[in-house]
Amino acid sequence: MDAIILQVLNGLDKGSAYALIALGLTLIFGTLGVVNFAHGALFMLGAFCAVTLNELLRFSTETVDPSRTDFLGNPLKVKTPYVENWFGPDIGGAMIEWSVPLAIIFSIPVMIAVGIAMERGLIKFFYKRPHADQILVTFGLAIVLQEIIKYFFGANPIPTPAPDAFIGSFDFGALVGMQAGSIIYPYWRLVYFAFAALIIGGGFLFLQYTTFGMVVRAGMADRETVGLLGINIDKRFTIMFALAACVAGLAGVMYAPINSPNYHMGMDFLVLSFVVVVVGGMGSLPGAVAAGFLLGILESFASMSQVVNLLPGINQIIIYLVAIIILLIRPRGLLGRKGVMEG
Amino acid sequence: MIKRPISRRGLIKTAGVVGAGLAAPHLFIRSANAYFNEPKGGTVTLGFNVPQSGPYADEGADELRAYELAVEHLNGGGDGGMLNTFSSKALKGNGILGKKVEFVTGDTQTKSDAARASAKSMIEKDGAIMITGGSSSGVAVAVQSLCQEAGVIFMAGLTHSNDTTGKDKKANGFRHFFNGYMSAAALAPVLKNAYGTDRKAYHLTADYTWGWTQQESIAAATEAMGWETVNNVLTPLAATDFSAYITPVLQSDADVLVLNHYGGNMVNSLTNAVQFGLRDRMVNGKNFEIIVPLYSRLMAKGAGENVKGIFGSTNWHWSLEDEGSVAFVQSFGKKYGFPPSQAAHTCYVQTLLYADAVERGGSFNPCSVVEALEGFEFDGLGNGPTLYRAEDHQCFKDVLVVKGKENPTSEFDLLEIVEVTPAAQVTYPPDHPMFAGGDLGTCNPGA
Repeated sequence: MDAIILQVLNGLDKGSAYALIALGLTLIFGTLGVVNFAHGALFMLGAFCAVTLNELLRFSTETVDPSRTDFLGNPLKVKTPYVENWFGPDIGGAMIEWSVPLAIIFSIPVMIAVGIAMERGLIKFFYKRPHADQILVTFGLAIVLQEIIKYFFGANPIPTPAPDAFIGSFDFGALVGMQAGSIIYPYWRLVYFAFAALIIGGGFLFLQYTTFGMVVRAGMADRETVGLLGINIDKRFTIMFALAACVAGLAGVMYAPINSPNYHMGMDFLVLSFVVVVVGGMGSLPGAVAAGFLLGILESFASMSQVVNLLPGINQIIIYLVAIIILLIRPRGLLGRKGVMEG
Repeated sequence: MIKRPISRRGLIKTAGVVGAGLAAPHLFIRSANAYFNEPKGGTVTLGFNVPQSGPYADEGADELRAYELAVEHLNGGGDGGMLNTFSSKALKGNGILGKKVEFVTGDTQTKSDAARASAKSMIEKDGAIMITGGSSSGVAVAVQSLCQEAGVIFMAGLTHSNDTTGKDKKANGFRHFFNGYMSAAALAPVLKNAYGTDRKAYHLTADYTWGWTQQESIAAATEAMGWETVNNVLTPLAATDFSAYITPVLQSDADVLVLNHYGGNMVNSLTNAVQFGLRDRMVNGKNFEIIVPLYSRLMAKGAGENVKGIFGSTNWHWSLEDEGSVAFVQSFGKKYGFPPSQAAHTCYVQTLLYADAVERGGSFNPCSVVEALEGFEFDGLGNGPTLYRAEDHQCFKDVLVVKGKENPTSEFDLLEIVEVTPAAQVTYPPDHPMFAGGDLGTCNPGA
């Protein structure tokens, strides 16, 4: 029983990341009709916003300590971050420690700017081109973004820890009256799940209850008619693209303490997120979220040693297997609409 | 008409002249092409095949730095590095056999097919006489086999699978780096002292040649001292989040987790294991422990604080204080501003060993190099007295058991040396079952 609860919990945080990326993907597809293969790179850029802020806060002055030597036997250069000089060791140290939550604020304008630049600078020229062209150009863009990040940050993962207050794990077992230590779950993953729920909930409320959201939903249903009503739908779609980039970026920022960011992390999520979108139904927001969590949890269960021992290799194919089965039974995906990417 | 009979003497003379004439070009060609890619003119080209893109690109970059340094030293530049401490004095700093050393580079991308393609291109287009480098056993095995077929020498870079000098060994291939068996043999006594003989180990293993042989070796060594292996789960090489593999450990009665992972896999699985509180756990009345059998300092950096206190092994570390290591660290550190990695060390040493073998054998012919390296004993290159064993072309030398440092003094100071395990303790017979099944074959000069 506790094994099942643990794998459901595991699936929730992985599902949160899938759902957040898939939400942005399907939003862009639903509004702009663009299949954006650079969306995983936006997730990666978000994580590197956290890395960048951390490095900016650690930017240091060097003083020579003649009493100690470095690896070459020269006097050791001791680094002191500027923030510690300016605000004192306590506040400066706390700023560095809390760099990941602070990066949320830092990443929002950065990701919105990246989103607008991408849409205005490249994507808009591909609105009327076939999906294959869109896939090629966005995939190329993803590789370019990856290589830029690798140039500046290297290929190795960069540790970006959560604040000390969130390091450690929560004992669910003790909470629900089971054996202490039988179900433990890291605090930061709980934070990630709550954060994802907040973003997803906020996104839905925004689209459901604001005039802007209403116009966007109308545009998703029938772009031409909305245009004929004199509404500048293009401008709104640009904003939607920026918001989708921002959601992917925030998902990346908060993911940084879970796995040390590296330049390739976007690609690792991209393919699975596309499967999530297809399973959920192209252009369906609730479908993307539901499929994100469903596939995240299934992937966790398939990785259990009991399951792998029974069906070797199942952990590597489960998502694709489920996707095939769902598409055979429901060709438009779980919550797909008629007419999207058809005919 | 006068008939001139052919005399016996005349026939023999004529036959001799004709025979010599016919044989001359053949003999001439044979001597000119006695081996493939024979260096012409005043230069010789070496091929450095390292990951320049992909997840191991940083390690590849460090390998390339070491190669450039080695070439500089071979050509008489810089401070000479380990040429000054190497026990063999055949190299004079005037290139190899008087020929200036030049190099070409290839990108393995840490993919076997890409690595073979780049090695092939360097051999066929650039005329590389020797290929070296790499940061993965899958790549090493693939390129070693290509070099055997092509008739050039392969001096392996970082490759730790038993198979490289086990079932996949080749006469033209040589490995200076240690292997999974040696890691296990060195680690086992240290683990016994630190954690006792009554332990239950749970293994997570990268699902490819290196992971399999590493797991087999460490399981055998720990079981021999009384530990029980409760489970071994193979994880896909492409896995990034290991939480689904870590949580079943919580359900088992294991009190040790062995992470047979390298590079990004190791960084992520170790980080996940620490996040799930494994290190704070008490099982069977003992502290739960994590072991990383193969450490890479470059990559351990990615795991940050999580490596503290965790045991592992390494081929070489910059903090060693023998004169060879000190010379290399000084030379590398002055040129690049930071200490070299173990990958850089093994690549630098392999280049020197190749050049030295050519000098001692007096020829670039791969068969001469093989003869010079087989059974070669040397010292002064950072690992103490070392033997290049003739039977499998594996170096036998001391192995370092290390631990993640509790209080690092710099960003490079991540590991501390716990024990230098003597070579005798990690030596195994050439026909050991973990290395069985392969055939070294004979050297191939390619012509």
